[in-house]
Amino acid sequence: MSAPFAWPGEDVSRAPYRVYTDAELYAREQQLIFRGPTWNFVGLEAEIPNPGDFKTTFIGDAPVIVTRDAHGVTNAMVNRCAHKGSLVCYRQRGNAPELTCVYHNWTYDLAGALTGVAFRRGVGGKGGLRADFDMKAHGLQRLRVETYRGLIFATFADVTPDFADYIGAELIASIDRVLIKPLKVLGYHSQILPNNWKLYAENNKDSYHASLLHMFHNTFGVVRPTMGGGVKLSENGWHHLSYTQREALADDHIATEKVRSMQETYKLRDAGMMQHQLELGDLVTNSIQTVFPSLVVQQILNALAVRQLIPKGVDRSELIWTVLGFEDDPPDLQELRLKVNNLVGPAGLISMEDGCVGGWVQRAAKADPDAQSIMPMGVGVEPSAGSRVTEAAVRGFWQGWRACMGV
Amino acid sequence: MGFEDDLSLRSEIDNLCAQYAHLIDDDWLEELPGLFTRDGIYRVQTRENHDLKLPLSLIYCNGADMLADRITALRTANIYEPHVYCHMLSALRILGGEGAGWRVRSNFVVVRTMAEGSQSLFASGRYFDRIVRVEGALKFQERIAIVDSRQIDTLLVIPL
Ligand SMILES: [Fe+2]
Repeated sequence: MSAPFAWPGEDVSRAPYRVYTDAELYAREQQLIFRGPTWNFVGLEAEIPNPGDFKTTFIGDAPVIVTRDAHGVTNAMVNRCAHKGSLVCYRQRGNAPELTCVYHNWTYDLAGALTGVAFRRGVGGKGGLRADFDMKAHGLQRLRVETYRGLIFATFADVTPDFADYIGAELIASIDRVLIKPLKVLGYHSQILPNNWKLYAENNKDSYHASLLHMFHNTFGVVRPTMGGGVKLSENGWHHLSYTQREALADDHIATEKVRSMQETYKLRDAGMMQHQLELGDLVTNSIQTVFPSLVVQQILNALAVRQLIPKGVDRSELIWTVLGFEDDPPDLQELRLKVNNLVGPAGLISMEDGCVGGWVQRAAKADPDAQSIMPMGVGVEPSAGSRVTEAAVRGFWQGWRACMGV
Repeated sequence: MGFEDDLSLRSEIDNLCAQYAHLIDDDWLEELPGLFTRDGIYRVQTRENHDLKLPLSLIYCNGADMLADRITALRTANIYEPHVYCHMLSALRILGGEGAGWRVRSNFVVVRTMAEGSQSLFASGRYFDRIVRVEGALKFQERIAIVDSRQIDTLLVIPL
């Protein structure tokens, strides 16, 4: 038995490599983070528009069913039968009047209450369910659910504050900024990351690396050093927003909310995927927002998406991209979104590197669990106006991690 | 004679598909856009999105220039661990004539080998093609690679 884990030092400017490789810490994260006081993204209202619609997903290692019931209410339950523990839903998505575990035909309503047990009264007066069996005590484990602007979140913990308080007013405003209308799913990607989930969580908060690792930016002129922007953090540091914006245009061009096309010179034969129709009422070109521990809300030009991070063991993760448009997108805007999506996703020209760089840390970290990575860029866990050359949001992530883990 | 019995057409189409695979596997990627018509479409899409009738692709090149840009990007900008593909092609069928060209489908398996030697079955799936003749040569008017799995291991940079 190894010594109990202790955080090295007072602040969050260094992290031991053990956090990426230690199976015991991974198990504690499942309990204290994913089942702890956090809101975890589980899907979109647009994915389950009708009564009976369901989808399956994960919060950490826990399999989860998300449903819309007959009353139109959104529910989330652990996807595990109260009888023998089988997955109740083994499909990705579907529509059903009730949920039936096929193993022994135990049936639940769409809110997770146990409604039927096969051969409850036995056969020919023999066998059957014990007389004192309490159906009410054997439903699916229900989670607390909140929806915000079409996003569905769930939490295992009673103590998790309401979602708006969880991320705070400033960061709620940046979700409001992107998800301005009813959403439409344009498709999904799943990317298998050969690394601990936290390496990807850190990567998203690491505004420092963007123009260094993702050379497409500099090579083809997506983000230029002259562009404005900054980093915002929630008060507790757990959640963040990093954004860049174009040089200001005359106000009357922005205020009219007119969708316009920005043509610029890129060193590409076909700059179609670099066009940007201003649709959100400002000049922000890139906006990456995290909700601790496992969600990213992304706007890159007209490519909108949410990314859900699912740990799959100590050295493997799955990243589910749900790529979005708005319900009322005209065909030309949808076509533009599909083209701009060449920049993001597992094959994304400006995002693919994030798929491999975590694996490189993972492989190098393994040999020296007590050595440390350092985060010396910028100061503290504070917002940074005008500069993205800071690791403040990464330190904020570790602040959240330490708070949940009690270390 | 129908296209079903036209062995010389079949072998010509077979050759185009083999040439496509060899250009990738032999790392002559710069030649790849030349197998497409100027306005040719190249897409890689997951079977999940395809079956759900969702329009999103992993790679979407509308025109050979967009494919050429992807090749330029992977040569000059993108960062990834060196690796090669081996395409295994099979079950090619000419499904029908269409206008001046043909609709064709075939199967593929791509084995990925990393520089340090580890190998994996990276992708399997189906090509759905529209092939036309331009100035005597067959070209892809459209090539859609539908990958069976929705999971992409690490990243997808070299076209499938
Ligand atoms: Fe990145």
